[in-house]
Formats: sequence, structure tokens, C-alpha cells
Amino acid sequence: MRSLGNDVTTPRFIKFTLNGRAVATHVMPHESLVDVLTERFDLRGARESCGQGLCGCCTVVVNGKAVSGCLSLAWLIDGATITTVEGLATGASLSVVQQAFIDTGAFQCGFCTPGFILMVTQLLETYPDPDDEHIRHYLAGNLCRCSAYPEIVQAVRLAADRRKKEWVAS
Amino acid sequence: MTTLISGTNIGRSIDRLEARDKVTGRVEYVHHLRLPGMLYGKILRANVPHARIKSIDVSAAAAVPGVYRVVTIDDIRTVIPHPYYGPAFHDQPILADGKVRFAGEPVAVVLAENKRVADEALGLISVEYEELPAVYDEVEAMTSPVIVHDELRPASTFPDLAHLKGRRGTNVALDYHLLRGDPSAAFQTADHVFEHTFHTQPVMHTPMEPFVAVADASDGRLTLHTASQGPSFVRIEIARLLGWPENRVRVKVPFLGGGFGAKLYIKLEALVTALSLLVERPVKVACTMEEQFFVVTRHPCTIAIKSGVTRDGRIVARTCNIVWNGGAYADIGPRVTQKAGLTAAGPYDIDNVEINSYAVYTNRPPAGALRGFGAPQTAWAYERHTDMIANALGIDRLAFRHKNLLRDGRPQASGTIMQDTALDTVLDRAAALIDWNQAFDRGTGRIRRGRGIAVSFKGITTPTTSVAIVNLYGDGSCGLYVGTVDMGQGSDTVLAQIAAETLNMDAASIRVIHPDTDVTPYDMGTLGSRSTFHMGTAVRLAAEDANAKIAALARELNVPPNSNIPLQELLRRKYGMQAGNIIGVGSFIPGYEKPDANGQSRKATPFWGVGAAAAEVEVDTETGQYTITKLINIADVGVAINPRMVVAQLSGAAIMQLGFTTTEDMLFHEGQLTNGSLADYKIPTLLDLPQKFINEFIASRQQDGPYGAKGAGEVTTLALSPAIGSALADAIGANLPNLPLTPESVFQALKAIPQNAQPGE
Repeated sequence: MRSLGNDVTTPRFIKFTLNGRAVATHVMPHESLVDVLTERFDLRGARESCGQGLCGCCTVVVNGKAVSGCLSLAWLIDGATITTVEGLATGASLSVVQQAFIDTGAFQCGFCTPGFILMVTQLLETYPDPDDEHIRHYLAGNLCRCSAYPEIVQAVRLAADRRKKEWVAS
Repeated sequence: MTTLISGTNIGRSIDRLEARDKVTGRVEYVHHLRLPGMLYGKILRANVPHARIKSIDVSAAAAVPGVYRVVTIDDIRTVIPHPYYGPAFHDQPILADGKVRFAGEPVAVVLAENKRVADEALGLISVEYEELPAVYDEVEAMTSPVIVHDELRPASTFPDLAHLKGRRGTNVALDYHLLRGDPSAAFQTADHVFEHTFHTQPVMHTPMEPFVAVADASDGRLTLHTASQGPSFVRIEIARLLGWPENRVRVKVPFLGGGFGAKLYIKLEALVTALSLLVERPVKVACTMEEQFFVVTRHPCTIAIKSGVTRDGRIVARTCNIVWNGGAYADIGPRVTQKAGLTAAGPYDIDNVEINSYAVYTNRPPAGALRGFGAPQTAWAYERHTDMIANALGIDRLAFRHKNLLRDGRPQASGTIMQDTALDTVLDRAAALIDWNQAFDRGTGRIRRGRGIAVSFKGITTPTTSVAIVNLYGDGSCGLYVGTVDMGQGSDTVLAQIAAETLNMDAASIRVIHPDTDVTPYDMGTLGSRSTFHMGTAVRLAAEDANAKIAALARELNVPPNSNIPLQELLRRKYGMQAGNIIGVGSFIPGYEKPDANGQSRKATPFWGVGAAAAEVEVDTETGQYTITKLINIADVGVAINPRMVVAQLSGAAIMQLGFTTTEDMLFHEGQLTNGSLADYKIPTLLDLPQKFINEFIASRQQDGPYGAKGAGEVTTLALSPAIGSALADAIGANLPNLPLTPESVFQALKAIPQNAQPGE
């Protein structure tokens, strides 16, 4: 754990990789990662909702691991590689998980959707062939008040199938 | 099952129009809005439930570097002299005005360029209170000497609430009465009389995008960007507060991160308006998740039902007395009281009915609309009551319902003749899917099983108006201008499908223009399952109007009928270039007859919401822990415009109600909310889905709905709780009268059973 010392009022200059691009900014020691992504980089995908790391709406991938952006201090990501939902699509082409969410209708209001998509992406990268029980447990930290949960499980299954087919084809 | 009209836009499960923006995270919410020069407001909330404010000292907060201004009601009055608002009563002050009426009420606001500075300065405001005795329980508040409001000031905004009268010395904001036949005489002749009392708990909508609004006042004009379900109402109410004409107030609404009834009427809009007027800069106020619990909730209520029944199981008389805990401000509670009062006797054919429904003020956070306008609470009571009667008479619960069900052509308690209500069909489908007629193993040892069934209905807020504009541009493409707010229910897509069907276009090619009161016409609000029916009809009429204008243009240009010349070609011929518009307008207000003094009306609702549910549970009788092994929700949605989307909506509403049934409960200690965050207030997750979970709509048609459709947003919130309650009672042999159905309450109910009758012994 890096130490801030006693200086909590001086902005820090941090550099990191954001969705494949090298970026830099000044941040205050108390600023959260989700606030910095929203306010400095105008990204909308990670959203603060519960503010307690309980709902998953602010999910951001830091060095390959999904974290709650509302509980992560921005200055600690100096040197890290950050992926947000905005980094998943390649040009006009959506990621397999994004497309599966559309094809199964796995969202209503959409506020929690980026968090779910990042978690599902991580799930399938770690466990390419999860069963329903595994899916439910893995995603239990993401809340959807519209409760598109059954459709989200379908989306994960569909994305897993398509990834397998892509893998076989390659 | 799917009613599909082939080759058209109706009955097609197209993707949401905004699907790509939602999966890429680019979709627009007010949550993200920042304007140049914008200040952030943070709200100081009262920490006492009922008190006079002796003094507020803001000097220390105002001295914090970065704080722009600290605002109290005295400042608000300089820009809004009468700072009280509300859809039913003008009872809610923009900030506490000399008195606080619930713990959590806004008292002051810190404005700063940075929300963290504002947050920090809040702690430096000191408020001196003189505490007053408080009243929290709705039944106690009916007769309590503690009076929440000295005088009641009714608004007269909506015709269905126009009869509210100013009163003094009471906490009863509104009482609704319905009388049909002669219940007291009928009770005399009944073979059996049953009476039960039920209670429901306070819960909150918790949309994932918390309440947020931005006001930008300058040069005598105001623009509000707000996560609101009712932009037209916001404009009318803000214009009234300011004494301005409506055309100086502009209300814009992009997508909402959930609403569920929370974001109706005025929430933060009056506050941000006053703040922006005061500082002449844009101001944003965004609630935290914790603060949401202080803005609006679902009414807890106490419901007493009494029924007279014949020996062979016909219900001949019923009285319902319902007391709604409205909290400190009425919000739309009076409409909840009325609308849920209308159907409180249940979907049964009963000749003698009396309903008394009371909206009551208490020192709790305000209660309003939440996915059902009170109908889920009353359904909990009448369906559990129905079961308890059937069991007492030794009649099968399903057969007892069939014997008494209201059928099309028969008068409902209000006298309105039932029409297009597939009550039998939904009930039978739910029964079939749970194998009601098969033998069922209830178990004998520690683990017991039970199954339950329920059927329910609701009336729809009326009379209300929707206006739509179809604008066909010079190239023939279409913009659809509606005030309906897409908060996740998919209204953009469904309304585009209806427009496309009438215009003979592809729905995906239609651009839906989001609510902007400078641009989009009036709509009463996105609420109460009304948009598909009301706005859908307005859209169909607007598209028909456009078609008629295209035909008139063709005649004007001497084009022979049926020559199929595309619109862009007609416009090119008329204007000599790609130019001009065809503008079709449609406006819809359903038929309505104002109820008489006994609540009797020939047209009390534009249509009926109809649904049934069935459940199976497995209970550990040692601990009270239970599992819902099967949950079935069946709805009558008329013709499904977009089957996949409507099933997801039915399922989503059911899961939400599952939370209200099993875990969600706002807990108070002496008026203080003790679990107001998602850490302690548990909403459903993926792990809470029932093992077997089926959601379906049945084949039906709403004759006067747009392409046969009716609303569907609330219908699966009605029968679910009593179906689970029914299953639990079936498993353990005891009834739980109160929601939520926690393992602890199951355990207590088991303990209360006489020892020799205990299951598991």
C-alpha cells in the first residue's frame, strides 16, 4: 500500500492507461476513481449509485481486476491500466458480452448495465463455461433494481456459447 | 401464447431503440449532467422527527473556503414567496419552514463549486430544535392529539382529487368511501362472518440512479434537467410556484436510471429552481442512495377486512377499512388512498360492499406511489383473507376463488361493468403451471412444503390526458414527440412500434424525441401502467392524423389514390425541393364518470390491470428459514406490442415485489430510520431468484387499447405477496398477517401454534 504521508491537501499528478490510451491528470488525495473518470475524462459508464461498494454500478477494471470505483482512491491508480465499459467495443463492433446483452434484452433502465457487462466479461475470461449457480454467485455483488436478472443469466450463457464457437473457429 | 400479427410492428420483440447506448455506457442520464458555472447543492437533513426550529446558524459553514452560499427557507422566500408544493396538497415546504415533521426532512442547503466541500460544510451548520411529541403509527394518528399539519391546504391540479377540502385539527388528509348494496343487512343474513386485520411495511423504490435535478435560471427563464417521470406536471407546478406562465419554464428529461413511481410530481425540482434563482447560476442537487429513503416511500398500511359468506361459499358482503401511513407530506398519497380503495374488496362479485380508506399524516418520511398505487397492499389483505375463509369453510382455495370471481359484464364494487379482464384465464394458467390439481407432498418432518395461489386486479388513474406529435420530415423520416419518460420500461420502443404500425414504417427507423416541454406536448405522467394505453392511443391518433394529411396533400397535388408515391416525393412536388413537414397530432383522454358520494361510477377506470400468481415454498420448521421453490406470475397485458420486453417487465416487477415480500423493510426507532442504505436494506440480487421462476402473459385483447394493448408495469406486483403468504400458511398451518415474510416471522408464527398442533412434532 502506498502511503500519502500527512499531505492531504496537495493535488497529485498521476499517469495511467485508460482504455488503451496513456493519460495523465491531477487528482486530490480524497478523490474517488469514479469521480475522476466522470469529471476529468467525461466517461459515463462507471456511475456512483450506492456509494458503498455494494451495487456494482461504478465497476471499473484496474490491472485486469474489477473493483468498485466509488471505493477506490484515484491517486492509487498511478501507473495502472484501467478499462471501463467504454473500452470494450472496437469501433462499431460491440464485444461478445455487450452484443449478448442486447440479443437477450438483459437490461431495462441501463444504469447498472456497464457494471454487469464488465463483471460478466471478467467471469468469462476466468471461467469460460460457468453453470447457472456459478453465474448467480459471481454476479451477486451487482444490483439491478429493474431486476433483469433472468435475462442477464441468459446473456451470460449466450456470450459463453459464442465465445466457445469463436474459439473453435479460430 | 404470443398474439402475433405477422408481418407488422405489433407483437415483434425488437431490440430497444437505445440498446447500443446502454451497453456502451453512453446513454444520457441527468446523473452525468454538468453545466458551465454549475454549483453543487448538498442538503442538511433534520435529525429529529418532530420539532420547532428555534435557530439555524450557518456562519461556520458559510465561512468554509469554496462554499458559495448556505440557504435556508428565509432565502427561498425571497424568490418564491409561498414555497409550498405538492400534487394533492400544497403542504411540503421547499426547506423546513420553522418546523420539521420527520427525521430526514431538508432543513438547509450548502452550495459549493465542489460537492465534497459542500458535504464537509454541512456538518458545520448548527440547528437548535425544540422537540415536539410525534406520532408514527397510522392507526394511532387517526385520533392522536399530535397534529402533523395545523391546516391542510389542498391543491386542485388533478380532476380526480378536486374534491379535497382544507381541514384543521386532524391528521386525516383524505377519506375515501364506497358503498354498494346494504352490507349491514347482508351480514345479518350471512351464514358465516370472518374478520381479519393485516399490515404492510414501509419500503423504498431505490432506483439505481438516485434523485437528481439541475436548474438553470437566467433572464426570466428557467430550464430544468430532471430525472422525473412527469415533466408536464413539473412545469405546471414550478410555473405556479414562480407565478410565471408555463412557457418560461422548460423541463427536459433524458433517460432515467429507474423510477418505479419515486420520481413523480415534485421531488428536487422546486429546491433546485429556488437555488438557481438565488445564485443566478446553474445548480445541481443529487441525492445519495441513503438520502433516497427520506424522499418518498411506499405507504405502510393497516387493513381490516370483514366478509359475510353463505354456507356454500358465496361472499355476500364485505367491508374494508384501510389506513394509509402517508408520512409527513401527502405527496400523491390521497390518490393512492382512493385508487387502491376502489379495488380493496378484491376481484370478486360481491353485491354488498363498503370501503373506507384513509390517508393519514404521521412523522415519518413521505409516502407516495410505488408500482401499484396501493393495490399491492390491499391485494395482500384481501387475498390472504380469501384463503383464510376458504380454509375455514373447507373449500379448495382455487375453487373458492372461481366461485366468487368477478366476470366481464358484471359490476365491480364501484358499479363499473367489468370489461376485458381475463381474471379466470390468468388464475387457471397459474393453477395449471403449479399443478394445482395434482397431489402435493407437504412433508411430515422438519421440512414442510406448501403452495399458494392468488389473483388480483387494479384500476388505473383517471381521467388523464396524453398528447403526441408525429413529425414527418422532408425525406419522409419520422420524429415522434412524446412526454412519456423512458425509465427502463421501454416506452420509446413500444411507442415507436405503435407509430410505425400506423405509418407503415419500420419501428427501428423512428426517432423518439425525449420529453422537453419546449418541444414535446403535454402528458399527465409516466405512471400507473398508463403509457402504453394512453400515450399509445395518442401516438396512434397522431399517426392517423399524419396519414390523413398525406392523403390530403396527394389530393392537392392531383395524385390519384393508391398510387403509392412516397411522402418525400409528394413534399418535393409541393415545395420544389426536400422541404416541409407533415405534422400529425393526437390527443387522448379516456371516458370517465366522476364517482358519486358512494363511490359509484359507470366508468371508474380506463381499463383493469389483471394478474395471478402461484408459489411453492419449502420451510425449515426448526428455524423458520424458507425457500421459494416455484414462483409463477401470469398477467393480462392485452396484446403484447413487444413480447420479450413485456415479459422482462413482468418478471422485473415480480422480483421487485419479491423484495417487498421477503426482505425489504424500512426500520424506525423513535422516528429515526435505522437501515437507510443498501448495506442494511436488502433488495433482491441474482441469488434471490426462486428456483423455478415463470412469467407469462396470456392471450387477450383490450378492445379500446392501441392495437389491443394495455399497461403492464405494475400488474405482477399485486398477487405475488399473497401467493407466497398462501404457500407459507399451507406449509406451516399458521397465517402471517404482516409483511415482510421474514424467517423470523415464520418462526414466531410456528411458535405460536399450540404445541400439540405443531408441524414437525
